Amino acid sequence: MKIVVTVKLVPDPNAVRRIDPATKRLVRAGVETALNPFDEYAIEAALQLKERLGAETTVTIFTMAPESMKESLRKALAMGADDAVMLSDPALEGSDVSVTSYAMAQALKKTGFDLILSGALSDDGNTGGVPGALAEYLGVPGLTNVRKIEEIGDGRIKAQRETDSGYQVVSGPLPALVTVTMAVGEPRYASLKGIMGAKKKTISTLSAADCGIDRLVGSDGAKMEVVSIAAPKAREKARVVEAEDGAAGAQAILDFLRERKLV
Amino acid sequence: MAPYQAPLRDMQFVLRELAGLDEISKLPGFEEAAGVADPVLEEAASFAAGVLDPINQSGDKEGCTWRDGVVSTPKGFREAYAQFARAGWIGLAVPPEHGGQGLPALLSGATLEMWNAANVGFANGPLLNQGAIEAIELTGSDDQKKQFIPKLVSGEWTGTMCLTEPQAGSDLAQVRTKAVLDGDRYRISGQKIFITFGEHDMAANIIHLVLARLPDAPQGTKGISMFIVPKFLIGPGGELGERNDVQCAGIEHKLGLNANPTCTLNYGEHGGATGYLIGKPNEGLKNMFIMMNAARFSVGVQGLAIADRAYQSALRYAKERVQSRDIASRSPEPRPIIEHPDVRRMLMTMKAQLEAMRALAYVTAASLDLSAKHPDAAVRQANRAFLELMIPVVKGWCTETAVEICSTALQVFGGIGYVEETGIAQQYRDVRITTIYEGTTGIQALDLVGRKIAQDMGATAKTVISQMRKDAEGPIGPDLAKALASLSETSDWIGMTAMGDLHAAVACSVPYLRLWGITAGGWQMARAAKIAQEKIAAGDAEAEFYKAKLATAKFYAAHILSQTASLAREVIDGSADVMTLSQAQFDLDRKGAIA
Ligand SMILES: Cc1cc2nc3c(=O)[nH]c(=O)nc-3n(C[C@H](O)[C@H](O)[C@H](O)COP(=O)(O)OP(=O)(O)OC[C@H]3O[C@@H](n4cnc5c(N)ncnc54)[C@H](O)[C@@H]3O)c2cc1C
Ligand SMILES: Cc1cc2nc3c(=O)[nH]c(=O)nc-3n(C[C@H](O)[C@H](O)[C@H](O)COP(=O)(O)OP(=O)(O)OC[C@H]3O[C@@H](n4cnc5c(N)ncnc54)[C@H](O)[C@@H]3O)c2cc1C
Repeated sequence: MKIVVTVKLVPDPNAVRRIDPATKRLVRAGVETALNPFDEYAIEAALQLKERLGAETTVTIFTMAPESMKESLRKALAMGADDAVMLSDPALEGSDVSVTSYAMAQALKKTGFDLILSGALSDDGNTGGVPGALAEYLGVPGLTNVRKIEEIGDGRIKAQRETDSGYQVVSGPLPALVTVTMAVGEPRYASLKGIMGAKKKTISTLSAADCGIDRLVGSDGAKMEVVSIAAPKAREKARVVEAEDGAAGAQAILDFLRERKLV
Repeated sequence: MAPYQAPLRDMQFVLRELAGLDEISKLPGFEEAAGVADPVLEEAASFAAGVLDPINQSGDKEGCTWRDGVVSTPKGFREAYAQFARAGWIGLAVPPEHGGQGLPALLSGATLEMWNAANVGFANGPLLNQGAIEAIELTGSDDQKKQFIPKLVSGEWTGTMCLTEPQAGSDLAQVRTKAVLDGDRYRISGQKIFITFGEHDMAANIIHLVLARLPDAPQGTKGISMFIVPKFLIGPGGELGERNDVQCAGIEHKLGLNANPTCTLNYGEHGGATGYLIGKPNEGLKNMFIMMNAARFSVGVQGLAIADRAYQSALRYAKERVQSRDIASRSPEPRPIIEHPDVRRMLMTMKAQLEAMRALAYVTAASLDLSAKHPDAAVRQANRAFLELMIPVVKGWCTETAVEICSTALQVFGGIGYVEETGIAQQYRDVRITTIYEGTTGIQALDLVGRKIAQDMGATAKTVISQMRKDAEGPIGPDLAKALASLSETSDWIGMTAMGDLHAAVACSVPYLRLWGITAGGWQMARAAKIAQEKIAAGDAEAEFYKAKLATAKFYAAHILSQTASLAREVIDGSADVMTLSQAQFDLDRKGAIA
């Protein structure tokens, strides 16, 4: 079974984020690149499947990103993925959800897959739109919010979908696309052996032309435009209440809540 | 308590720009080191922060328990150890033929710092495995290597070092544990005390390396042999067999390091524990000392690590805590304490010394690699001599300074620092052991003066001093040159004095060791300052980092390196005063002698 995990390379989630007001894009210069945290759960799910299904199962990491970010994929390889493929082309810069998904679909048709695993949301763009659109472009079923893959094989997949009130069990034909939740299990730490081995694994690169991408892509092809960007209103400074004793304190809090008509 | 953040940037600076990682990577067998250094350090940092740090404070609070010879470690330790072992960290520096990754000591030094900073109670376990692996690798027979090393590397089994007995601590000549030949093995009997991880529930078997005496052994240090004593005997197919005759009679209640058990081990209460001689008879102590270099280095790094952790907490607190107005401002508004000059002085003192300690420790680790693997015998020999000289300095100076740093860090917290909840009190307690075990500071200083300097009449010391003099250039070059003059003068004085009055020559060996540490640390800071100045001039993209490095080096020169002048006076002018009182005169200040 060939499993492909889509992984977005995002600015270090722990670093302070800035948006360039001119381009309305995230400033990446000077910020380290990391694997999108939700995608690490997808990698974990893939590696668990590989352990379950045995040696014939392979895990490939797929990303659409500038080639300069290549080395950031080593961490996924150190965790245990077999290889990685990048779709890199200057023409893709500034793509929106629709164009990103189209381009990724073209590349994934080229690499082939039985199962695509994705995180539900990126840490930077944050639309959550890619996986659904990607499944659509590929013409495969999309199972979202999966917390556990119950069965896989013989051309079918059966999985538990998380819902607000519990979970559903759904089933569909392979190939398919699955987005996972954090319930699949904490992403593993890379082993020292894995880190040493990751250097020798292949990361291949595809260009837009390699994948037969013939539509307008990048900012030229984007249907969506970011018009303006605003920071959320800063929270008001907390009011500190000092009181003689517990009862007086409780009274002060009650007065405050009443004043705001909250009780 | 806030999570541990490894000082990765400074580590990378030291590894690449001071300790010569690229040079080390040219040594046979270490070709991969430079290429994997960054991902290895980054993953170690996240493992330390994600797995070891969360059980540091809880482990200290819960401690270990002993019941009927069985010891339980605190909640989460077993699981963390299994995870640590599975990830392969124990084998980082172990040669591939024994199942390790064969990376240089330089990189293992950096990971060691992270494990110990995140959780020193835990980190002692793998540290002892490392010691046991090295001992067996160095002196074991091929069969012993095959039987024990892979399991110690995989973490299935752990190792201990059983040296200390009630009457034999610093003075191992007093070891009394007995070993009597019985067929193809030995029967071991006697008591060992203070044995770290001597009994626990984290692994299936424990391999004790025990110092004991054969019946016909000569008196003193030349009559001690080393034995492997497994907790469970090992069957012909490698399976665990019979429980050996070694029992944990109790664990200590300690000032710190509560998360790991310090055990009393009774050997041979039921006829003798089965032991296997390792190395030649009567060479146990000699062999133990070869390995002790690595262990002493590790404890030096342990001190550095705990101190860095304490500094980190103090820095964070200094930014948060608001108290007192700015003395230079008219505003009555209280300010974050990091703005007050005395708090700054404390932070700078810690930061400057930590950076000097890290640099000296890692440079020493690099010399370990060079002494083992360099193709040129002369280079190997020069590095071996440097290493031998620096081991007591790194162990003694880094741990003593670490104790001071943890005290300063606690001071930054004010009253809440004295309260357990912030975690700083734990670092202050934990760090205190580092100047004691693996040889007290007094013993390190004796080793420095009595063995390392005396054995070649100060030749290596002179070589190292002239090597340092070549680096006395750049922004703090003149300060280093002054310190070197003090060090030379003091070394000469000790050499001369030793020929007449040995007591006087060693009376201030601890201040002399400190003089070495401060100067050698200053040597590294001088190198760092020069590099920083060049980088800034060249318009380096990380100019801010280098500017901070340069300013820190200047602080070190004025505040720390300057102490060398008074240390020289202390040794030269003060050694004669140390032994002047009679023992009876100590009692004259109270009624009746202290008995
Ligand atoms: C501040 C900001 C606002 C934006 N607003 C919009 C907007 O409103 N509309 C719009 O169309 N675009 C927008 N974009 C652009 C958008 O981020 C990118 O077009 C991106 O390709 C869309 O995905 P996402 O980051 O939202 O991913 P999501 O859909 O949130 O990602 C879900 C999953 O899809 C996979 N995935 C997504 N991108 C990649 C990739 N490049 N490589 C591999 N796997 C991937 C990952 O598995 C990921 O976990 C915005 C970008 C920024 C920085
Ligand atoms: C928590 C903990 C863990 C330990 N783990 C282990 C372990 O795993 N294995 C093991 O074998 N041991 C272990 N030890 C023992 C430790 O190594 C010894 O405590 C240490 O070597 C000092 O020996 P001692 O306690 O007998 O002190 P002593 O030797 O009695 O020393 C007392 C004082 O006298 C000084 N002194 C002694 N001799 C001289 C001299 N010749 N010149 C000048 N000063 C001198 C010392 O510096 C010290 O200040 C551990 C101890 C502790 C507390």
